[in-house]
Amino acid sequence: MSEQMRPEQIQITIDQQSITVAAGSTVAVAIALAGLNCRTSVTGEPRGPLCAMGICFECRATVNGIAHSRTCQLLCEPAMDIRTQ
Amino acid sequence: MTTQSHLAHRFQTLIVGSGPAGIAAATCAAEAGHRVGIIDDNPNPGGQIWRSLRGQSTPDTSHGDGASEWYRRLTATSATRLQGWSVFDQPEAGIVRAERQGGTVHLHYDNLIIATGARERFLPFPGWTLPNVMGVGAIQAMVKGGLPVAGKRIVLAGSGPLLLAVAATLRAAEAIVVCICEQASLRQLAPFALGLAADPAKIMQGLRYKAATLDVPFHTSAWPVEADGDGILRSVTILHHGEKQQISCDYLACGFHLVPNTELAAMLGCRIEADNVAVDELQRTSISNIFCAGEPTGIGGLELSLIEGQIAGLAGAGQDKEARLLLDKKRRASHFADRLAAAFALRSELKELPQETTLVCRCEDVPYGSLKQHHSWRAAKLHTRCGMGPCQGRICGTATHFLLGWNADSVRPPLLPVRIASLASLEAPLNSATSNTQETP
Ligand SMILES: Cc1cc2nc3c(=O)[nH]c(=O)nc-3n(C[C@H](O)[C@H](O)[C@H](O)COP(=O)(O)OP(=O)(O)OC[C@H]3O[C@@H](n4cnc5c(N)ncnc54)[C@H](O)[C@@H]3O)c2cc1C
Ligand code: FES
Repeated sequence: MSEQMRPEQIQITIDQQSITVAAGSTVAVAIALAGLNCRTSVTGEPRGPLCAMGICFECRATVNGIAHSRTCQLLCEPAMDIRTQ
Repeated sequence: MTTQSHLAHRFQTLIVGSGPAGIAAATCAAEAGHRVGIIDDNPNPGGQIWRSLRGQSTPDTSHGDGASEWYRRLTATSATRLQGWSVFDQPEAGIVRAERQGGTVHLHYDNLIIATGARERFLPFPGWTLPNVMGVGAIQAMVKGGLPVAGKRIVLAGSGPLLLAVAATLRAAEAIVVCICEQASLRQLAPFALGLAADPAKIMQGLRYKAATLDVPFHTSAWPVEADGDGILRSVTILHHGEKQQISCDYLACGFHLVPNTELAAMLGCRIEADNVAVDELQRTSISNIFCAGEPTGIGGLELSLIEGQIAGLAGAGQDKEARLLLDKKRRASHFADRLAAAFALRSELKELPQETTLVCRCEDVPYGSLKQHHSWRAAKLHTRCGMGPCQGRICGTATHFLLGWNADSVRPPLLPVRIASLASLEAPLNSATSNTQETP
């Protein structure tokens, strides 16, 4: 897709809340902008991105039904369904 | 269609990683006439330093450091570019498998060039698991990925030249960089800074960073001892020349220099020496058709990554003579790598950072107190589940290597926790592989 064809703003859903983000934003950024944490740890701590490069898995969430997706490595796409874990 | 996609899966030279080393390797191998594939797990090419800016699908060319020239050269070749795919195992010699949301591809190769780069070293301290405490390169990647930081108070801490580079990025994004805390002492850093003076390109880069961060306090012999917050970061306590200072902030970006990503090389059976992938002068590993270039052979920065990438690409395509012409340049660039390692060596006081209750393994929430009762990584893993989570010990194994001198186990496939469907290896059509931002060949 050429740059001009990209919509400037796109609509996604995070935890069933509709959110608008700038096209090209990562899913990890969208979750942060929604004021949410990506996941809750095994002892109940809230967690967000640590490495932002696909190594630590702290940013994982369910994206379009796929659990444990590394949201720092994914770009938002129109109508994407994101659920924090 | 089937034959075409079948063909497209076979490469004379396959490169894993599309940072500077991988881009240089792919370009040189393709220009030498090889059928080349380059695969990388990020949505866009560029690796760490050339990570794309939000809304762009090409490497960040805003620094005048060769990114645009290299990318233009690469795209002028017929190399197949696959973005968004993580290589996770080798079902048989000469074939690797890669996964991305919803599919797997098999890639056959005659020569493999490993250009998997480096990651940040994270050390545990009380509060480091709070949201908004992240790596130094991490906050840069988040900003490039669209995170607005204008007006946000950010403390940068840890060790390495990345601190200055990222301070410049954050200032450009209108963040308030409260201070930069480098754990190394001024005495340890001085020879490195002086050494840079012999290198015009590095002086220019240094001056740019300096100009962008002139009014940001830069503390040496300073490091974070505690982060505080109520479910989210509120402040960090810094120890600076023996005195504690609490600083309120929105983000703490903290990373202790870099460690090479050697896991893929290790999984394939390449010899690892002193934490780096062992290579000969033409970047050949202990396995004759597998080469390695860039940070996995030792942290050396952009220039060395580019030179090693070119050498590997040429040598893999049988152009040893041309590759040897670069050996002088490589020797000079590796002096910089040696100075880097000396300047940013970690002080032993950092081993005192974690308290009994500080979590070291963030996947399984294992505190330092229960880890250090054990005498080895293997014993700790068996008894505490440390390193058994999805990061497979990449974060806690690196930390315990420094804290306790433990060595992680040998690397076994899969390199990442992949879904059952991927292990069963449902083949995805290659056009979905290339659809992300790159054209199909
Ligand atoms: C987070 C971070 C930020 C950095 N930022 C800067 C900076 O701003 N300025 C600077 O001078 N230096 C920076 N550096 C230093 C940087 O490592 C080098 O200057 C340069 O990027 C090294 O190039 P490379 O090609 O060796 O590795 P990289 O650029 O790291 O490229 C390696 C690529 O391989 C990919 N990869 C790894 N494993 C797999 C796999 N199994 N499957 C698929 N793909 C894989 C990685 O995701 C990455 O895209 C940074 C380092 C890190 C870790
Ligand atoms: S933040 Fe580490 S994998 Fe995404």
